[in-house]
Amino acid sequence: MEILLIIIIGLLHAGGLYMLLRRSMFKMIIGLILLGNGANLLIFLMGRLVKGHPPVIEDGLKVFTEIYADPLPQALVLTAIVIGFGLQSFAIILIKRVHRVLETDDLDELNSTDEEI
Amino acid sequence: MNNSLIVLPIVIQFLAGTVLLFFWLKTNTQKVLSGLFSAIALVISIWLFMLVWNQGIQVTQSGNWKAPFGISFVADVFGATMVLISSIAGFAVSIFSAGSMRKERLEFGYFPILHFLIMGLQGAFLTGDIFNLYVWFEVVIISSFVMMTLGGKRKQLEGAIKYVSLNLLASTLFLVGIAFIYGLTGSLNMADIAIKINDIQNRGVINVTAGLFLVAFGIKSAVFPMYFWLPASYHTPPAAVSAIFGGLLTKLGVYAIIRSFTLIFGGDEFMGIIMSAIAALTILSGGLGAMMHQNMGKIFGYLIICHIGFMMVGLGIFTELALMGTVFYLIHDIVVKTNLFMVSGVILKINGTQDIKELGGLYKNYPMLSLLMAIPLFSLVGIPPLSGFWAKIFWIQAGLETKEYILIGFIVLGSFLTLWVIAKMWGEVFWKPGEGLPKKANGIYFDQLSGADKWQWIFPVVFLSIISLYIGFAAENIIVLSQKIAGDLMNPTGYIESVLGIKLLMP
Repeated sequence: MEILLIIIIGLLHAGGLYMLLRRSMFKMIIGLILLGNGANLLIFLMGRLVKGHPPVIEDGLKVFTEIYADPLPQALVLTAIVIGFGLQSFAIILIKRVHRVLETDDLDELNSTDEEI
Repeated sequence: MNNSLIVLPIVIQFLAGTVLLFFWLKTNTQKVLSGLFSAIALVISIWLFMLVWNQGIQVTQSGNWKAPFGISFVADVFGATMVLISSIAGFAVSIFSAGSMRKERLEFGYFPILHFLIMGLQGAFLTGDIFNLYVWFEVVIISSFVMMTLGGKRKQLEGAIKYVSLNLLASTLFLVGIAFIYGLTGSLNMADIAIKINDIQNRGVINVTAGLFLVAFGIKSAVFPMYFWLPASYHTPPAAVSAIFGGLLTKLGVYAIIRSFTLIFGGDEFMGIIMSAIAALTILSGGLGAMMHQNMGKIFGYLIICHIGFMMVGLGIFTELALMGTVFYLIHDIVVKTNLFMVSGVILKINGTQDIKELGGLYKNYPMLSLLMAIPLFSLVGIPPLSGFWAKIFWIQAGLETKEYILIGFIVLGSFLTLWVIAKMWGEVFWKPGEGLPKKANGIYFDQLSGADKWQWIFPVVFLSIISLYIGFAAENIIVLSQKIAGDLMNPTGYIESVLGIKLLMP
């Protein structure tokens, strides 16, 4: 399972970076979304994957006696997903607006603020 | 010391933002309320600072979960100082916005967003949890996105695309860094991480994690290879927005770098070399960029980069003396940069342009105002005894002690470039004879404002100039303060003990 997740995370990061390097504004946002998903999965993986051991202390015991699934990464991923969702929807609205005002999707043409002295 | 009142600076800004939402279209009420709330926030942060200064580090654990498990809020001297300085800047910008922002922008919720942005800053300065720091960073950037695009001018949108995309990338990298930290140490509490990271044998992974943090915070604080979004976007929004961005947002990145590279990744030699290289190149590229531009907003944008480089020097040398310089400069820089962008806003209001070739004759027409504007400009250069000067002594002294002669050379070069840029600007804008710029028929210029309106433009500049003068002339107080902060940063035992509530065994 870990190997599969590692491969998926790698692919998401690679795909995200590739899309970021394209010239189209739309593809840039796709790239950022892919990268964000890669990061979320990475947090999940870094919390160690444990199957079938809920973090609940059994009856009559005071401490955990065997290995248990860490619940914290899931909370972190959930927070990160919600935040990422908000930021990405803002970014999508922004590119829609930019596309309407500037009438281009090509990032290389968005250079007037850099060129003026 | 447990004290749950230390979250008050965050709560008051949250309250301000929420209350202002109810006065959506009543912009005049918003102006009054925003100023009032900012004044209360200033008083609270002065109280917090005095409390921390007199009684030591204050900690609160949210939900009463014991330290490494719950989210800790920590007010140490460094955090409390940053809260105080950002409240000062926030107060000034709130008053300045009341005068300078147009009604169209205010009607789209400018003031609530301003308070939410400052709330994010205060939260970031007070949190003791690395994931919570990420959340506050997101609060700050989403607010800054809105502030940057508010108004929807062509130039603004173009700048915003660069700003938004690079900041989103930085956040993602920060998240990846947090994932590594959590995987390595199993903790998110910064004090807890600081202890546990020493036991890890695999230094290679730690260096990679440190690199991720450096890139993430480096993008936010605009250091050398990652600064290109700043000059492309910071001059596009109105002056009040640029003031809060230029004064506080990049400094949040610097704060995060200082915090994580003293507490968590402290004193690594490899990172020291990288920091020194970044510092030198940032100073050089910022200074040269400032030399070639003619738009005041762009010049100040590049000067921000140049002076971020100064602050990185302290982390490159990494002795107590050098960090003292960095902390002193951080305090000075927030006040001065906020002030400078407001000055550029006033100049724009007087003449309708920010191009220094077109401007001229300001000294002849507005002698008192020019004298006032001279204070932040010359503080920035660091003409003794003004505030930019003192930090450089510490850096140069620290550099001589550790034989970092190249870095000293870059500090001198950076100061010289700043001097050259400001001297050129002073000559062009204030001394050069220049009359009668063409005025747009529908524009309202500074002369046409009523007395009270004029004061809304001038008062924040006066207020921050007085603070700048205080930092310069009462430097001994600020030096004592930054010495205490630098001592705490170099030896974080006190911080760790207070947060975790344990006694560390000294090796």
